[in-house]
Amino acid sequence: MIRPAARPRQRPPDGRLLLVGADGSLQHAARAALADHLRPGDLLVANDAATLPASLFGIHEPTGEAIEVRLAGRPSLDGAVVERFTAVVFGAGDHRTRTEDRSAPPPLRRSDELLLGPLRAVVVRLLGHPRLAELRLHGTPDEFWHGVALHGRPIQYAHVHEPLVLWDVWTSVAGPPVAFEPPSASFVLDWGMLAGLRERGVTFSTITLAAGISSTGDPELDRRLPLDEPYRVPSSTAREVARARERGGRVIALGTTVVRALEHAASVAGLVRPGAGLATRRIGPATRLRVVDVLITGVHAPGESHHELLRAFAADDLLGRAVAAMQRAGYRSHEFGDSMLVERKPDGGARARERMSIRTGSVRQEG
Amino acid sequence: MGLRVAVTGGTSGLGRALVDALSERGDAVAFVARTLEPVREVAERWPRAHGIVGDVARKEDVHPIAMRVNAALGGLDVLVNNASSLGPVPLAPLADTECEELEEALATNLVGPFRLTKALLGALAASAREGRPALVINVVSDAAVNAYPGWGAYGASKAALLHMSRIWDVELRPHGVSVRAVDPGDMDTPLHALAVPDADPASLKRPEESARQIVALIDAAWATARPLDVE
Repeated sequence: MIRPAARPRQRPPDGRLLLVGADGSLQHAARAALADHLRPGDLLVANDAATLPASLFGIHEPTGEAIEVRLAGRPSLDGAVVERFTAVVFGAGDHRTRTEDRSAPPPLRRSDELLLGPLRAVVVRLLGHPRLAELRLHGTPDEFWHGVALHGRPIQYAHVHEPLVLWDVWTSVAGPPVAFEPPSASFVLDWGMLAGLRERGVTFSTITLAAGISSTGDPELDRRLPLDEPYRVPSSTAREVARARERGGRVIALGTTVVRALEHAASVAGLVRPGAGLATRRIGPATRLRVVDVLITGVHAPGESHHELLRAFAADDLLGRAVAAMQRAGYRSHEFGDSMLVERKPDGGARARERMSIRTGSVRQEG
Repeated sequence: MGLRVAVTGGTSGLGRALVDALSERGDAVAFVARTLEPVREVAERWPRAHGIVGDVARKEDVHPIAMRVNAALGGLDVLVNNASSLGPVPLAPLADTECEELEEALATNLVGPFRLTKALLGALAASAREGRPALVINVVSDAAVNAYPGWGAYGASKAALLHMSRIWDVELRPHGVSVRAVDPGDMDTPLHALAVPDADPASLKRPEESARQIVALIDAAWATARPLDVE
């Protein structure tokens, strides 16, 4: 069992980084020296989503009972489209109780009104589970953002005791407030590191993906995670991916959400298509990665949804050895914990051949 | 797509003139001010502009303001840190300025712009990477350079903002973000009336004229914006 980091520090000076090589090698490194492990010509891509304060305490109007609504998904990244949300609803209590021990909300029914501080929502329908619902928020977009800014709190879990505030969960590069939980792999970034990468000849780009919640406390619901997540790939990022490829540089995803966005954006033509999309597909051991060569992510153990995605990068025996090594060395997990850098397993040259055929114009879909 | 601009202190004086000028020509504007009524009034005049009630001097307000700017504009090209505090009113010599009055001037004129710039830097740098302008304009004053008796709290805080702008600009250049300090001159604004109640308005610049100069500066940044290039 790897213990979670309990203090909300984005860049602890003693942070660790485990390098998991495509050749099966494992090596411990300092997380602050991440840049040393990137090479000239590489492209580092981060998720620049800012985290919105998506935890809303309030009252279930029909029963008068206390509830906590955690906004968990919506179909668009557009700040003006904030009418409908997928939400996980809890009964009374807060983050200090472990999610799996949280009380259920009162039975939710269609048309139930929820009073959430200055906001008001109505249950549109249940989504196949008593605590997962589609909500419609009343009011204009400006009223929504005003209410969330005033009343919302960052979603948090029992492993961090002190109440989180926005600056705890915003990365240095945070922009569009569309994430429900922080894209925490980017906590490692600061502007000094970005300037240093640039000096090394490493390019930096971003995508925006509305990272959803990581845990609901209910195994049945957790199996449905991640929910579909809208994303956007700027044209500059699509261009930089193509240029990195041309010069033989690696595409390095900072966080699983970046893998989801880039691989989904490339799922049709094999090349990363700029623009908006909805990341629906799950990435797992059967996925053949088309874009991302290296993943930098938090510490994920078998059984977590993020660990499934890791299996697209490395074989199970190597991941097992990596987890054992991190356990022995006292690594910390969860959003404020340590990191691992995982190189994609060799694919026997299939991808290089595919790339060649794309360049010569005959797009061949494999697998 | 037009420019996406955020203006603090957007309901009076220079800030209001900037909101008017930018909205008039169709830019996407978010403006910040401390009190609800004036924010409502400006928002009624410009229904497409986004009014945000918040105080940049309050630490707790800054991230919510940044969140609302990003949500309203879908990104950010230009941030104008215009909200200003005089310190003691009426103006007082430093020897008669309370420490709290100096702190209040620093909170609004220096620390507020620092925090808000930091919170919006991700959006500004993203704009630069996409070949759009990425510009921070900090409104300063000739009191930041000259030693005017009675302007100690204001002058010292604006001097610090002026120098911080220079350092920001050097440090952010590799990320494609420019930071400029602009002295708009002595204008006929409510702030100036507080400081110099018996000034002859005819001797003062119209805030609309200063706003036009700032808009010209923004347009110059737009005209020269290029995608960041590592090679």
